[in-house]
Amino acid sequence: MLDKNGIAKRIAKEIKDGYYVNLGIGIPTLVANFIPQGINVVLQSENGLLGMGPFPFEGEEDADLINAGKQTITTLPGSSIFDSAMSFGMIRSQKIDLTILGAMEVSENGDIANWKIPGKMVKGMGGAMDLVASAKNIIVAMQHVNKAGESKLLPKCSLPLTGVNCIRKVVTELAVLDILPEGGFRLVERAPGVSVDYIKQATAGKLFANDNAPEMILD
Amino acid sequence: MINKVVAGADEAISDIKNGSTLMLGGFGLCGIPENCIAALVRKGVKELTCISNNAGVDDFGIGLMLQQHQVKKMISSYVGENAEFERQLLSGELEVELIPQGTLATRCMAAGYGMPAIFTPAGVGTEVAEGKETRNFNGKDYLMEYAFDADFALVKAWKGDTAGNLIFRSTSRNFNPVMAMAGKITIAEVEELVEPGALDPDHIHTPGVYVHRIFQGDNYEKRIEQRTVRPRN
Repeated sequence: MLDKNGIAKRIAKEIKDGYYVNLGIGIPTLVANFIPQGINVVLQSENGLLGMGPFPFEGEEDADLINAGKQTITTLPGSSIFDSAMSFGMIRSQKIDLTILGAMEVSENGDIANWKIPGKMVKGMGGAMDLVASAKNIIVAMQHVNKAGESKLLPKCSLPLTGVNCIRKVVTELAVLDILPEGGFRLVERAPGVSVDYIKQATAGKLFANDNAPEMILD
Repeated sequence: MINKVVAGADEAISDIKNGSTLMLGGFGLCGIPENCIAALVRKGVKELTCISNNAGVDDFGIGLMLQQHQVKKMISSYVGENAEFERQLLSGELEVELIPQGTLATRCMAAGYGMPAIFTPAGVGTEVAEGKETRNFNGKDYLMEYAFDADFALVKAWKGDTAGNLIFRSTSRNFNPVMAMAGKITIAEVEELVEPGALDPDHIHTPGVYVHRIFQGDNYEKRIEQRTVRPRN
């Protein structure tokens, strides 16, 4: 079973040389720590930055330079700054190669719910609806089951949707799964030490699982 | 050059009345019009509709206006980190309309470009789409979203000249340029106000034609919401 860093590490293997990538808040942010050496990747922050660098050294924080999580960050040689309309323009026109974001639920037809729980204070969707509606390649980083032990990979989402029929890959603490164009999750890789049966039990949506599904290689 | 300079924030916002619709630039607390917000709190105007990506925190930004019960409605994409906001929302004092961040930015842009509406895929198939016209282009569904209609836009820039030309700094640019273009009256507060000619025309982000009033602000606090650093070693 993977911890949050393990999920991030596995997702980082999906990032290819030359990609422009948008990382959401939570586990997706951790992905930046595991981008393979030797490839050139540009991180987009939707508040208006391409080329997000690491956190600043203490004492060098700049209140005018933050990421979409409102954290102080730095730029890199080759970074660019732009306004919010252009930021979502490049998202909508599919200039961003890969979007990685968290989810509360994903359904077997690629619907995602990640912004609202009825009865709880709603904070808002931020840029998530724009990202999932337009991105050509979206990977969801999420826990396979909730705290009550219920599957979050469902036949149909129960929570209000963020986007429909848009997710193609999910990475959880248990597995890597593709979502098939005709519907259903396909087990691609198991997390170290996790059995196919365990993944079957933890997946409420339709699952296509080969008993010989390989264990993921993280290093 | 046409001179757009006013003495300060109080003069700049003097004709904002109860019930006005305002745009306020900024992302979180980054690039917010701190001086104009302080002046609005002093003036005590109420029943405001505020279009802004976020609603500040309890004791800063738009949170200061919420404390004084000046806001009737917020139109935002994300309103977390604000307990007073939550209290007013749950008690029914405050109305909130949550819209996708890109839709928010592009509805500002549309107003500034003189276009009545835009089509975006954001929110198709979700509750955001309820009651909205949907059009299919090249096999994909899009929602029709209207340009904003705001009485005033309050923006914060780094440098500006007396003719209203603006330059923003780093990610404090965010919503400020698109809101500057979208207000019927646009008020710009700047950290440094200079004479025409001091700014290179090639470096202007917002041309002065979009700016009606400009002043040099003071005492910028520039509060950081999430101070994240890495160790030196």
